[in-house]
Amino acid sequence: MAGAGGVFVFIEQTDGALEDSSLEVLGKAREIADRLGSKVTGAVLGEGVRPLAEECARRGAHTVLVADSPLLKNFTAEAYTDVVAGMVKARDPDMLLIGATHNGTALAGMLAIRLGAGLMAHVVDLEIEQGTGMLLGSVPGFGGSIVAVCKCKKGRPQMATVRPGVFQTPKPTDQAGAVEAFAVALKPEDVRCQVVERTVQHSASVSKAQRIVVAGLGCKDDLSLPKKLAEASGSAFGVSRPLADKGVAPKNLVIGSTGSSLNAKLAVVVGVSGAAHFTSGLRNVETVVAVNSDPDAEIFKHADYCVVGDAAKVVPKLISELGGSSP
Amino acid sequence: MNLIVCLKVTPKIEQIKFDEQKKTIVREGVENEINEADKNALEAALKLKDAAGGKVVVLSMGPPSFEPFLKLAIAMGADDAVLLSDRVFGGADTYATSRVLAAGVEKLKPYDMVLCGEASSDGSTEQVPPSIAGWLGIPHVSYVSEISVVGDRVRARREVTDGHEVVEVRPPVLASVQLGCNSPRFPDFRRKRWAEKEFKLRVMSNQDLGFAPADVGLEGSRTEVTGLSRMRSPERKREFIKGTEEEVAKRLAQIVRA
Repeated sequence: MAGAGGVFVFIEQTDGALEDSSLEVLGKAREIADRLGSKVTGAVLGEGVRPLAEECARRGAHTVLVADSPLLKNFTAEAYTDVVAGMVKARDPDMLLIGATHNGTALAGMLAIRLGAGLMAHVVDLEIEQGTGMLLGSVPGFGGSIVAVCKCKKGRPQMATVRPGVFQTPKPTDQAGAVEAFAVALKPEDVRCQVVERTVQHSASVSKAQRIVVAGLGCKDDLSLPKKLAEASGSAFGVSRPLADKGVAPKNLVIGSTGSSLNAKLAVVVGVSGAAHFTSGLRNVETVVAVNSDPDAEIFKHADYCVVGDAAKVVPKLISELGGSSP
Repeated sequence: MNLIVCLKVTPKIEQIKFDEQKKTIVREGVENEINEADKNALEAALKLKDAAGGKVVVLSMGPPSFEPFLKLAIAMGADDAVLLSDRVFGGADTYATSRVLAAGVEKLKPYDMVLCGEASSDGSTEQVPPSIAGWLGIPHVSYVSEISVVGDRVRARREVTDGHEVVEVRPPVLASVQLGCNSPRFPDFRRKRWAEKEFKLRVMSNQDLGFAPADVGLEGSRTEVTGLSRMRSPERKREFIKGTEEEVAKRLAQIVRA
């Protein structure tokens, strides 16, 4: 079969913008393929998305399949599963990797059943097993404190969703792969979910920030102070999971197991207790500063500089030191 | 509307310990609870029932020790509860788990909607809801924060990267509900007493579902765990900055500017 084997990557886009996590996965896929002497196939679905496919072809994919159809303009789990399953059956890859965004996760779960494939969820690392060449995924569980190394013992392809931010975005190169159209056999009645409204404001992913201020429950529901600190220090802003669960911050700002991993030079973490699901997102941060009123807070075990104190008092002083107006 | 809520009983995460020598998870003495996001799914279903009428059935896969938790769901307002329980279901990954749960849903036909929590607190894979929909061949709407019935359609708001969208779909549909999107109601005291004394839990074994043992549980799983380890954290300096608030702020500013 033409193109059989290799690594297949689902590349997500929304309104014509590529998801960062898809490019990160593409970079890792190329690394794996080079090691195994196989090829990377990317898949881009949407309407008018060929330019995105061309970009992916410059970032490591040997071939990018494009499914272009008005029926694929919006992500719907079922229709996307139909099309990607068709592509995977045509290409017969060994591995199928997907960024663990909301849409990627919804797609992966349905697709695994359609393909009869094993699926490792939200992996924080991928390796190739010595001898067998099988894909090994590091899957965090039990609140992120424990990592299970998993593999797909039955079914092909071996599937994994990858936590955003754990791999690097590949740089564009002069060597572009091929872009091929993939015929879409969907009929309008196959798209049973209709997106009737969408409000999306694209923002830079927290996993790409060089500096970031992260707020936790200790900030109560008022995030104006940590946000001001972010502004005064030229930093991005993120939160721990409970603040998003309470609805005071959007989910795309969540750091940790069910959110993004950071790759910052500096993270200032304010009022976060430091549960394992959170600290697992700090592993790639160069310098961590933690401010917490509890001297025994777990977060201090994961910080380079620790300040025991009331954030409401320390943070305003820090803001004025940095030349920001004191709130 | 006939509503089915999938519910998992999970260990309290903060009580879980890891045995460094044996590389195993220590579950002894750990208390269980209804998975938090599944309580949000149950509340969403009860609200739909309050608004449009119908029936709410709770469905779970697990050992007989789950019974008190299913009775708690009854006390919260569910009309019926079914436990899929068989030794051959044990050790299942998301593939084999979703397969058994989907077969349980099929047994409860006709249904309009299946509701799940977005993730379990122990596994956190978020894969079981879309996989159940995959087995059932029905649409799946994930990360739902609001849900209502408009005419012959289900209308749901779902969270996506950097925003949200509103989708409409004709039932049957599976919706996975965001953790914390509503406040689960407390169990009704009288109903709780009734559930504990009189409610008869329906238990289905593999005999009822009719799977070949190789298709479920550990054997029917597609993935396996080859090893467990504690998440390694990098070594940190852990220097405590002391002094007056002004001194602390000055030092922090140096670090931030560096």
